[in-house]
Amino acid sequence: MSAAAANRRTALLAASVAAGMVGLAYASVPLYRLFCQVTGFGGTPMVAADAAATPEPVAGTSIRVRFDGNVRRGMPWDFRPAERFVDLPLGERRMAFYHARNTSDAPVTGVATFNVTPEAAGRYFVKIQCFCFNEQTLQPGEAVEMPVIYYVDPAIRDDPDASRIKEITLSYSFFPVEAPTEPAGIRATGMAAIAAGRR
Amino acid sequence: MATTFDAHAEAHGHAADEHKLSFVQRWLFSTNHKDIGTLYLIFAIVAGIIGGALSGFMRWELAQPGMQVLPWFTEGNVDQAYHLWNVFITAHGLIMVFFMVMPALIGGFANWFVPIMIGAPDMAFPRMNNISFWLTVAGFVLLCISLFVPGPPGGIGAGTGWTVYPPLSTSGHPGPAVDLAIFSLHLAGAASILGAINFITTIFNMRAPGMTLHRMPLFAWSVLVTAFLLLLSLPVLAGAITMLLTDRNFGTTFFDPAGGGDPILYQHLFWFFGHPEVYIMILPAFGIISQIVATFSRKPVFGYLAMAYAMVAIGFVGFIVWAHHMFTVGLSVNTKMYFTAATMIIAVPTGIKIFSWIATMWGGSLRFPTPMLWALGFIFMFTVGGVTGVLLANGGLDTYMHDTYYVVAHFHYVLSLGATFGIFAGFYYWFGKMTGREYNEFLGKLHFWLFFLGTNIIFFPMHFLGQQGMPRRYPDYPDAMAGWNEVASWGYLVMLAGMAVFFVNVIWSLAAGRRAASNPWGEGATTLEWTLSSPPPFHQFETLPDLTRVKAY
Repeated sequence: MSAAAANRRTALLAASVAAGMVGLAYASVPLYRLFCQVTGFGGTPMVAADAAATPEPVAGTSIRVRFDGNVRRGMPWDFRPAERFVDLPLGERRMAFYHARNTSDAPVTGVATFNVTPEAAGRYFVKIQCFCFNEQTLQPGEAVEMPVIYYVDPAIRDDPDASRIKEITLSYSFFPVEAPTEPAGIRATGMAAIAAGRR
Repeated sequence: MATTFDAHAEAHGHAADEHKLSFVQRWLFSTNHKDIGTLYLIFAIVAGIIGGALSGFMRWELAQPGMQVLPWFTEGNVDQAYHLWNVFITAHGLIMVFFMVMPALIGGFANWFVPIMIGAPDMAFPRMNNISFWLTVAGFVLLCISLFVPGPPGGIGAGTGWTVYPPLSTSGHPGPAVDLAIFSLHLAGAASILGAINFITTIFNMRAPGMTLHRMPLFAWSVLVTAFLLLLSLPVLAGAITMLLTDRNFGTTFFDPAGGGDPILYQHLFWFFGHPEVYIMILPAFGIISQIVATFSRKPVFGYLAMAYAMVAIGFVGFIVWAHHMFTVGLSVNTKMYFTAATMIIAVPTGIKIFSWIATMWGGSLRFPTPMLWALGFIFMFTVGGVTGVLLANGGLDTYMHDTYYVVAHFHYVLSLGATFGIFAGFYYWFGKMTGREYNEFLGKLHFWLFFLGTNIIFFPMHFLGQQGMPRRYPDYPDAMAGWNEVASWGYLVMLAGMAVFFVNVIWSLAAGRRAASNPWGEGATTLEWTLSSPPPFHQFETLPDLTRVKAY
């Protein structure tokens, strides 16, 4: 191989390494999301894959779950939890509600991001059904109750990082969606969707 | 490395070549690695003057509590002056990192001396080398323009800090200033990636016969490792700031929770680049210091292979410690434990280097001309900065120290007093070789002592201020912190006097310095550049030097 060809080959190899690193930077976006969902990193709650496989409630245990809700600045919604906190045994399924009302005179679609603190509790806070899995549209002045069904995995007591947690805060932030992707008709705010077992 | 071969005879015949080129051909369309190296050094000096002047205004403002200096620029508007402060610290950081240290060490010294040290006639891709330089210049121009266009609502310039974190850099700065700063980083990054490809190709393919990788001078090793760090880390920065750009202008939501993004992801991406970047800035200085300490101890460097592979190890570990810059974003205890431990591991190869430099001097026949003073200053200051780095590596301690002046003191000890001392060491070491004129030894030493005292007076008190809880990135502070801030600002004047001596020395030496010999440093200077004339011929090594019979380390 001539010297010039050897140089070209080395340079091309090096350039493809650089291009690969750009690709990795972009690949990090879905990888990071996947990583958070799998490990509960940063307080990302778990989603129950099989709604029927709820653990048995552990009698005599209790953990407090606090609820927090807010909307992005400028979004014309009134959004807050129905109750501030609830005490429940580990492993028991509970349903909580959030009040949401569109205070503007136009339909507004929003989607909620969610997390729990302390972050170490993310792996043990499991949602079975949640309004946050879908985009939500509220007609002008419309008020709805948004449900979330969840439980706290009793395995939290076996994790040295999380075993001493006595209180978990579940927080939602609603953001406006400019171009709704789902027709408003099949939105999952109502109990019917949950009863039908739809996520 | 003891080279017995003599390149003079073959070299002198070509000295006339440079006269055939017009000024424009030689300096604008330059493809000669030495000319491009010179251009890079001049560029780094110009950028250093601007970046240094910005820090002068910052120290002036901080000399007393209250806002005294910056409101002059904003017609007395204090809120605008606060923003101007943010613009100054952003520009100071970006200029010093991307347009002073990197061009000086990698573009300047590495361009000049890596081809010569490995016995190559030039870089592998001379035209690409030229593109790298002019892209860097264009990037610098864009950054300077960004200082004068709208940034945040009602403000001029990008006040995001050199890290450009969202959401401040996205929703906080709707004006074009941040876009220009991002483009500036794109250009500087592209230039550095091209430069890295050039160095890797040159070092792998163009070594003279007998110049095996394990016989390469440590400066060439340091540039090889640095080039790999550039190649692996800069594309990640380019990706991250491109996401920032599309978040700002095209409605993507990589870092915006409204669309399911996460601003913390930007921090991960930035520091995946940012931590290797600090080694990009210091490894070439390590290489220069190794050459200088060996030269003025008149001994080969102690533990050559350990020195080379310590740099490889630092480069590798440098990629897996990034989150120690993010200890306060809410990492879990286990994550912090890992990043604390991994960070501390870096102290091992770094310790190998420090002790090997000391062991090189041990029993050596020491001399202390100006470059050696800078090298010793480097070793001392870098060790101080390294020790405070070991403290900051602790996730628990860092929760307290994060974003205080203790951190400012730490990274200025390793960069402003580490990398910069390495640059000046190399500048004096090779000044005669590059220009053909000897620098003035008295002025060189005066420059060293003023700069050494001045920078220490600036940065050492910052440890105390940080321990007292003075936060970074604020132009004002409570009266209780006035004392050490005033001391630090006086230190700036001492340092400034040192820089004045430096410029007098450069101008005087270029005009009236003695003609430099091929090898003014004597038997300790064994690398190939000292076998050439001073300055070297326009094209060196047209007949490649044969080093197959030369004794290795």
